[in-house]
Amino acid sequence: MYEYDQLDQAFVDQRVAEFRDQTRRYVAGQLSEDEFRPLRLRNGLYLQRHAPMLRIAIPYGLLASRQLAKLADIARRYDRGFGHFTTRQNLQLNWPNLTDVPDILAELATVQMHAIQTSGNCVRNVTADHLAGIARDEIDDPRPYCEIIRQWATLHPEFTYLPRKFKIAVTGSPQDRAASEVHDIGLHMARDAQGNIGFTVLVGGGLGRAPMIGQVIRDFLPLADLLSYLEAILRVYNRHGRRDNLNKARIKILVKTLGIERFREQVEAEWQLGRASAARLPAEEVARVRSFFRPQPYLALEDFDASAGREPAFQAWYRYNTRPHRMSGYRAVFVSLKAHGQNPGDMSSEQMEAVAALAERVSFGLIRTTHNQNLLLADVRQSELYEVWLELARHQLAMPNIGTLTDMIACPGLDFCSLANAGTLGVAKQIQERFDNLDYLYDLGDIEIKMSGCMNACGHHHVGHIGILGVDKHGEEWYQITLGGSANGFTALGEVIGPSVPKTQVAATIERIVEAYRTLRAEGERFIDTFRRVGLAPFRESAYATHSAAA
Amino acid sequence: MRRILRRREMVADDWIHLGEEAADGAALIVPLAELRKDAGRWWQWSGRLGVRITPIDRVEEIAEELPRLDLVAVEFPSPSEGRGYSQGRLLRERLGFRGELRAVGAGVRQDQVFLLARCGFDALELPEGEDADGACRALQRYDVAYQPGSPQTAIRRQRFFA
Repeated sequence: MYEYDQLDQAFVDQRVAEFRDQTRRYVAGQLSEDEFRPLRLRNGLYLQRHAPMLRIAIPYGLLASRQLAKLADIARRYDRGFGHFTTRQNLQLNWPNLTDVPDILAELATVQMHAIQTSGNCVRNVTADHLAGIARDEIDDPRPYCEIIRQWATLHPEFTYLPRKFKIAVTGSPQDRAASEVHDIGLHMARDAQGNIGFTVLVGGGLGRAPMIGQVIRDFLPLADLLSYLEAILRVYNRHGRRDNLNKARIKILVKTLGIERFREQVEAEWQLGRASAARLPAEEVARVRSFFRPQPYLALEDFDASAGREPAFQAWYRYNTRPHRMSGYRAVFVSLKAHGQNPGDMSSEQMEAVAALAERVSFGLIRTTHNQNLLLADVRQSELYEVWLELARHQLAMPNIGTLTDMIACPGLDFCSLANAGTLGVAKQIQERFDNLDYLYDLGDIEIKMSGCMNACGHHHVGHIGILGVDKHGEEWYQITLGGSANGFTALGEVIGPSVPKTQVAATIERIVEAYRTLRAEGERFIDTFRRVGLAPFRESAYATHSAAA
Repeated sequence: MRRILRRREMVADDWIHLGEEAADGAALIVPLAELRKDAGRWWQWSGRLGVRITPIDRVEEIAEELPRLDLVAVEFPSPSEGRGYSQGRLLRERLGFRGELRAVGAGVRQDQVFLLARCGFDALELPEGEDADGACRALQRYDVAYQPGSPQTAIRRQRFFA
C-alpha cells in the first residue's frame, strides 16, 4: 500500500496543528458555530444528535493492520469501543468529545491517516473496487490513480469551497463494484487501441434528493491528462454550479440543466485553455505511486476446493463469504459486518484488533473496507481458509450471508444522525429477525437491500434491488419502498412501489415482495432479473395484499 | 487608515474604494458595474485605477481592460464562496494579470488566506475585527503543498507542478 513520504507526513502534521488552533478558537468563543462548521466539516467532524461524529478517511478502503489496530485503540479510548464503516469505505466514530478531536487526528497522523475532506463541500474520499488488484477481469489496478487523485484533491487551493460535496470513484474492472455511476465523477479504467492506460470519464451521477446516473463525458482520457481534465471539470463546476439552493448545487444538476453535450463542450474548451497551467502528471510520479501497489509476494500454489469434506457451516461460509482470486491457490475473504442482531457496518474494537492480527498472519497485513459495509482480507491462501473461518467465527465475523438479503446497507439513521427522518437500525434488526433462516436466504439468492434514514441517501436506497427510505409523517417513522435499483454494471434507479408503510410493517412487506419473487421467478433467475422481466405491478399487488393500513 | 495583508506583511492600504473619501489622484477601486456605467469618467481618473468584481462576473469580460488596470479586487461575501478562487487563478494564469490581486469581503478570514495566496492573491483585505496576526501565521501554516500554486506562501516542497 501507499506509504507517506516526508511531504505527506508534514502535510497531515500541519493539518492537525491547524485544526487544533481552529478548535481552540471555537472553544474560546473566537469562532461562532457558523464560522467553525465549514472548518470542522473539512476535518470530518459533525455535531450530531447526541454527540460529535468523526468520519475518518480510509482512502479507497485500504488499511494496514497497524492502522486498523490504531482505529480500534482510538475507538476504545476516545469513544465507546466501536465504529461504523460507511458505503464510502470510511469509518465513523459516534461519540468522541469535541475537544479530543485534535488529539485523535494527531494519533491518526502517527499511522499515516487523517479525516481530511470526509465532509464539507469539497472533493471527498476517493473510492475504489474492493477487489482491486486481485480481480480476474481487471484492466488495471485503480488504486494508484485513486492515491494520485487523493493527493491532488487534498486542500486544493481552488476547489476547497465548491458549491457542494464532490465524490469520485475509480473502477478497474468492467464489472463495477464501486457504484461509480452514482458518483459526481466515475472513472472506468480503459485501454486505447495501442494498449495505453486511460479512463472512460463519467460525470453527473449522484443519489440524494434528485438521483441521477452519470453520463459519459469522454470515452478515453489518457492517463497523463488525468489531473488537467479533472481540473477542467471541477473549474466549470466551481464557476457555474448553483450556489443559491443547496438542493440544486451538485454537479448533476448543472449537467442536467446544460445537457451533457453542452457541459462537455464547456469542459473540453476549459481543458484546452487550461492544460498548460494545470497540474501535470509525469510518468515518474505514476511509476512512484504504482510501485506501492505491486502484486504481493504470492507463492506458486495450485487451486483446490478447500470446502471439500468440511462441515456444512464452513461450506456455506466458503460459498458465500469468499471470492476467486487472480492467483491460483488464493481466495479473497469477506469479514461479515452483517451478523444478525448487529447494526450493519458496526465493528467493536475487539473485532478490529482480531482482524488486524489475523490479516497480519494470513493476508500480508492488509485489510480492505467495502462499499457494502464489510471488510475484506484480499489474499488468503486456500489452505488457510478453515483456520481463518474459525478465527472469524470466534469473533462473530463469519455470518455466511454476503450477497444475500441480510447483507444490507444501512446508514446510522435517526439513532445517531441529525439529518435523518426515521430510524434504520431498528428496521435492520426487524429484517434480520424475520429472515433469520439461512436456507431461506440462500433460496432467495442475490438480493441487495439498501436503506437510508432520509433523502440524502447515504444508504444508497435508490440503487438497492429493494430500497428502503425512512420518511417522517407527522412525527411518525414511515418507510417508502423502491424496487429494481442497481449500481453494479447496469445502473438503474428503483421505482417506488406505492404508499409508504409504518415501521412495524417493513419486514413483513419485504417478505411479501420476496415471496412474490419466489412465485414469479424462472429457474435460476435472480430477483433483479425477475423484476426487470415482469415489472413493478405484480410486486405492488403482493406487497399490499394483506396490508390495508398503508396511507 | 485601513491596513491590509500584502505579501505576508501588514501594511497601510494605499487604495480607496469608491464611496470612501477620495482625493483627486488617489488610487481608486471601482465596482465593475460602475466602471461599465460611466466608463468615460473612470478611465479619465487621474490616479491609478482598480476594478472590483463579484462572484458572478466572468473574468474573461475584463480581459482587454486588464493592461490598463493596476488592481483587481475579487469579492468573497462569505467564507464558503468559492468562485473567487477560480477567478483569481484565471486572472493570473490565463489572462496574465500582473497587478495587485486583492481579496475583499466578509469571507476573507484567516482560515482562507492560505488558499487565497496559493491562487495568486497577493493582497488580502481582512474584514474589520479579523485577527491580522492570526492571518499572517496562517499564511505560513503549511510549508508543503500537493498542487502548483503562487509562490507567496512558505511552501518549500510541492508534489505536482504545472
